[in-house]
Amino acid sequence: MSGEPLVRWDWVGAHIGPILDRLGQHLYLAVIAVSIGFAISFGLAAVAIRRRRLYPLVTLIATAVYTIPSYALFATLVVFSGLSIVTAEVPLVLYTFILLVPNIVAGFDSVPQDVLDAADGMGYTAGQRWWRVELPLAVPLVVAGLRLAAVSTIGLVTVSAILGDRFGGLGYYILEGYHRTFPTEILVGGLLSIALAVAADLGFVLLQRLLTPWAAARLAPGVAVR
Amino acid sequence: MQIVAATIQWLADPAHWQGSNGIPLRLGEHVALSGLSLLLAALVAMPLGLWIGHTGRFSWLVVSSANAWRALPSFAVIGLLVPFTTLLDPNLGFILYPTLIAMIVLAGPPLLVNSYQGVAGVDRDLVEAARGMGMSERQILFDLEMPIALPVLATGLRSAAVQVIATATLGATFGFGGLGHYIVLGDANQDNGELFGGVVLVAALALGTLAMFVLLERRLASPGLAPRTAG
Repeated sequence: MSGEPLVRWDWVGAHIGPILDRLGQHLYLAVIAVSIGFAISFGLAAVAIRRRRLYPLVTLIATAVYTIPSYALFATLVVFSGLSIVTAEVPLVLYTFILLVPNIVAGFDSVPQDVLDAADGMGYTAGQRWWRVELPLAVPLVVAGLRLAAVSTIGLVTVSAILGDRFGGLGYYILEGYHRTFPTEILVGGLLSIALAVAADLGFVLLQRLLTPWAAARLAPGVAVR
Repeated sequence: MQIVAATIQWLADPAHWQGSNGIPLRLGEHVALSGLSLLLAALVAMPLGLWIGHTGRFSWLVVSSANAWRALPSFAVIGLLVPFTTLLDPNLGFILYPTLIAMIVLAGPPLLVNSYQGVAGVDRDLVEAARGMGMSERQILFDLEMPIALPVLATGLRSAAVQVIATATLGATFGFGGLGHYIVLGDANQDNGELFGGVVLVAALALGTLAMFVLLERRLASPGLAPRTAG
């Protein structure tokens, strides 16, 4: 690579279209994974809150799943579901559980008993209490979990590049740049995926400010049980 | 079921347990790289986290930077480092440094955050009482705060170790050996036995490390703190 500039801006200029396509694919893969992951995690957390004895078991399984290397999981699934979007999404979804479930549970745990009693005293039905009192108060920690999940998932999408050209989002450029010993591509893929993760993180911070303006000052740092 | 048979056959073949591509050597590479990066990360992050937790200075930095730090995906970090480290050293800069540095970066946040939270979470009344009894700041940190923070510190170490061992697998895509090497080769050669042999080995190592730390944490926890589980 001697004599080559680190970034060939002419290459970047000539590939703006494909780069934006990859950025879009990256976002697409991440949004699907976090959405499905969030829906399943919410269900798991609801079970864990009602059946408290199951919570350690849920955490243990989620931790064990998170422990399995992403590379190994992607490679394993190829044999079963081929080079398909299922193979790309299943690991991404599985890895969100350990980030989302503990934060959702902690969010609902953080609602003070006094507040629940007051809501009951005011004649709220169970549904109203959940929707108007418990959920809004749980939002800061739920969003903290979503921030962690979004950042982690955006990072992991790059690994799906090992599934070939059709996947990987910006990870495609990291792998291709490496194989071609072409730093420009690696830098484009790596820096844009980092930028996307940071942007998603800031996006969730803004979302939380909109959802819970009263809690703007205290941004929950999130629970990391891993 | 063919896959299971092929995997068992591959793992049972004595030829795969010796030589320069043998399982003991690849396992050794994987463990050595993980251990070294964990050690280097711990040497920087843990004293820093303990100090910030004890003094309360720069605590905003830990809370705000830890999340941003996690935005650095290892796959991208390893790839990004290759062009730079190969300029420093064409050989080690290609096979070792990118993965090693990326793993130090990965291990940093859980070590820093848990060291900080462990010490910062110690009841301030206890610290005041210790000060009143004439304990020095050093004694407060080492004899009071650290023993109480031990479970949280251990959780940080476990989290970092497990993540590093799992993620070091990616190094195989970028010139580093380790157990991920079998997955790369198995994938390239369409050899399911080798591919799943690698998957089984690397998953076993990661889960084994997790189990080892969980057992260790149980033994380490002070009996006086037993009913309160930290994490």
